[in-house]
Amino acid sequence: MLFKKTQPRITRDPFAMPGENGGNIAAFFLPAIFAAVLGIVVSLLPAAAYPVGFADGIDISGRISTESWLYPQSASYTDQRSYAGGLALETTFHIENEEGTSVTLTPFLRYDAGDPERTRADFREAYLLMYGDVGEDEWELRLGIDQVFWGVVELYSLVDIINQTDIAEHPNEKTKMGQPMAHFTWSGGWGSLELFAVTWHRTRTYPGRHGRQRYEFIVDQDLVSYESGAKRWHVDLASRYSGFFGPLDIGLSVFNGLAREPSLLPRLVDSGLVLAPRYEEIRQFGVDAQLTRGYLLLKLEAIYRAGAKNSRFIQDLNNFDEENYTAFILGSEYTFYSIMDSNSDLVLFAEWAHDGRGRWATNAFANDLFLAARLGLNDPQSTEIVVSVLGSLDNSSRVVSGEFKRRLWDNWFLHIETSAYLQIDEDDFIYYVRRDGYVRVNLDYNF
Amino acid sequence: MNYFSFQRTVLAVLGSFLAICFFPVQSHSDLLEGSAEEAGLRIATESRERQKGFGNFTANLTMTLRNKQGKETLRSLRLKVIEVQGEGDRTLFVFDHPRDVKGTAFLVHARKDGPDQQWLYLPALKRVKSISSSKQSGSFMGSEFSYEDMGAVEIEKFTHRFIRKEPCGDLECLVLERTPKSEDSGYSRQLVWFDREELRAIQIQYFDRRGEHLKTMVVEGYAKYLDRFWRSSKLTMTNLLTGKSTVLLWSDYKFGTDLDAKDFTRTALKRIR
Repeated sequence: MLFKKTQPRITRDPFAMPGENGGNIAAFFLPAIFAAVLGIVVSLLPAAAYPVGFADGIDISGRISTESWLYPQSASYTDQRSYAGGLALETTFHIENEEGTSVTLTPFLRYDAGDPERTRADFREAYLLMYGDVGEDEWELRLGIDQVFWGVVELYSLVDIINQTDIAEHPNEKTKMGQPMAHFTWSGGWGSLELFAVTWHRTRTYPGRHGRQRYEFIVDQDLVSYESGAKRWHVDLASRYSGFFGPLDIGLSVFNGLAREPSLLPRLVDSGLVLAPRYEEIRQFGVDAQLTRGYLLLKLEAIYRAGAKNSRFIQDLNNFDEENYTAFILGSEYTFYSIMDSNSDLVLFAEWAHDGRGRWATNAFANDLFLAARLGLNDPQSTEIVVSVLGSLDNSSRVVSGEFKRRLWDNWFLHIETSAYLQIDEDDFIYYVRRDGYVRVNLDYNF
Repeated sequence: MNYFSFQRTVLAVLGSFLAICFFPVQSHSDLLEGSAEEAGLRIATESRERQKGFGNFTANLTMTLRNKQGKETLRSLRLKVIEVQGEGDRTLFVFDHPRDVKGTAFLVHARKDGPDQQWLYLPALKRVKSISSSKQSGSFMGSEFSYEDMGAVEIEKFTHRFIRKEPCGDLECLVLERTPKSEDSGYSRQLVWFDREELRAIQIQYFDRRGEHLKTMVVEGYAKYLDRFWRSSKLTMTNLLTGKSTVLLWSDYKFGTDLDAKDFTRTALKRIR
């Protein structure tokens, strides 16, 4: 959803190679074969290879995932595949001394059978953590690559800005990349105050030429540019206060640094037209709040962002217009516990996303309504079913999604999800992905 | 020797002897005096008072979920509890197994004067979410225990009534009825069997909102810690309507750890492993 509309329609890339259309079938079955092999290997492991206790040295946990994407509709652009398959390994190593000082390392490996842009190795976490008391209060320091989450709504966290979004990993914008930072927290009965100094800017990932869920043109990571002279070494500063007052949780944040969301500028290179990401220096003020009232939660996220570009070209298509703007998401969550005398809980979500830039917004949530229902069976397999619809209030565009999650055996977890793009308006932000509805099947082995 | 002094001494000794002999019995009778409501509240309060003052403790929990066909599923978690002066207990659950929820943590600040405050930490998202205390009646990790069964029992949340005394195994039990004040509770009432000597819960029967007997919990394996605090090692919860059951085994109780209130905050929740 998170696809920038390049305003004037640029005609089809004249330099595009007439490559093969779609991926190959083997890529789709590869994960299944891998899962079978993995299953055999794991079942042969002695029980002693199992989790190490949290107090006895290194704590190791993680997940091996096999992933398959199936795109039922033919692609919009040449070279795009119909199947995608891959594997991921994420392992966390954690070691802690008696004072509570700890080191956490989480390497992440992703292999994609068809898209080299998605195949990579990275650190989701690699940090040192220390904490201690100051009278009634407490301090905490985290140094290194870490992940920080701000926000309360389900659709998309507007205020959340410290970590870069890993769109190549999943288009739902919920997967984050590790970010080097110094993160200091002072907390007490009055709430907590956090200070961040962040550097080594991470560029947003995008699918490559064969990938679906992309623009007509490929984002070329070799053409990254920054507004700041320090480039990726620019030090972003941020601060957040959070606290709760009875049923009200509140967070106030300010961020000053390089945008996480780039402007994507068309550039003609030898291989044809590509999109060059450019990261502006921005300042963002954010507020997130949740009121917890019995079965009902009321939520708000709002930002004011200055210095960012919108999606309107100016002059000779070499740049976008700068626009300061506000955006908000208003949401509610209502839970029916133990429905029909069963163990099942039903949660209903309604969220309204609004962006002050209107049609020049740089994401899909200019004026949209998100409705979702989540049924949790609360059974031993933790079965969960989610259905949702995201609809524009300004045009006919709809995104309908469904999810099914269930633990299969003790360590195996199945996650199936599907999304369909319906009646996508030509002016809509997600017009480029209109034929990229998918079925994704993930089988995880957790250890 | 002064006659009066001698008489006083004899009286004092005799009095002490009588007091020692009859005090416990007297105390028991006191416990049951008055109306059923007065006796009920007194028993519940006394039982709760005897559990107070532990400071803090940690323990490991293993849950075995058993369905009607006898198929078993395992859960394991760690528990940390701290008493806070003038407020309710604070409880932290950290899940270890199944591995897909490893590191998920659930923090409860019990309140005497209102709904508890609860937070869930989701490690994959690094997200701390305030959750509604109305979640009480929901199943805890798919087990036959609900969230309210797992929490500390605060006297203020129920009205009590003493029903009867009756033998239970080798012990004599006092049967108490307690009715939840909160509309969010999944129960219309509970019947609790306390052993008369130590006022430990031996069995609890849970009645659903329609008044039907829904579940029974049997408590076993009591051991005394710090010479004062009785803690059980096995809870068996059976659902009479579905035939499913959950066995909760407690182990590695540690009292007087270096935990303090700061280990039960939202900041601490994000550090949980």
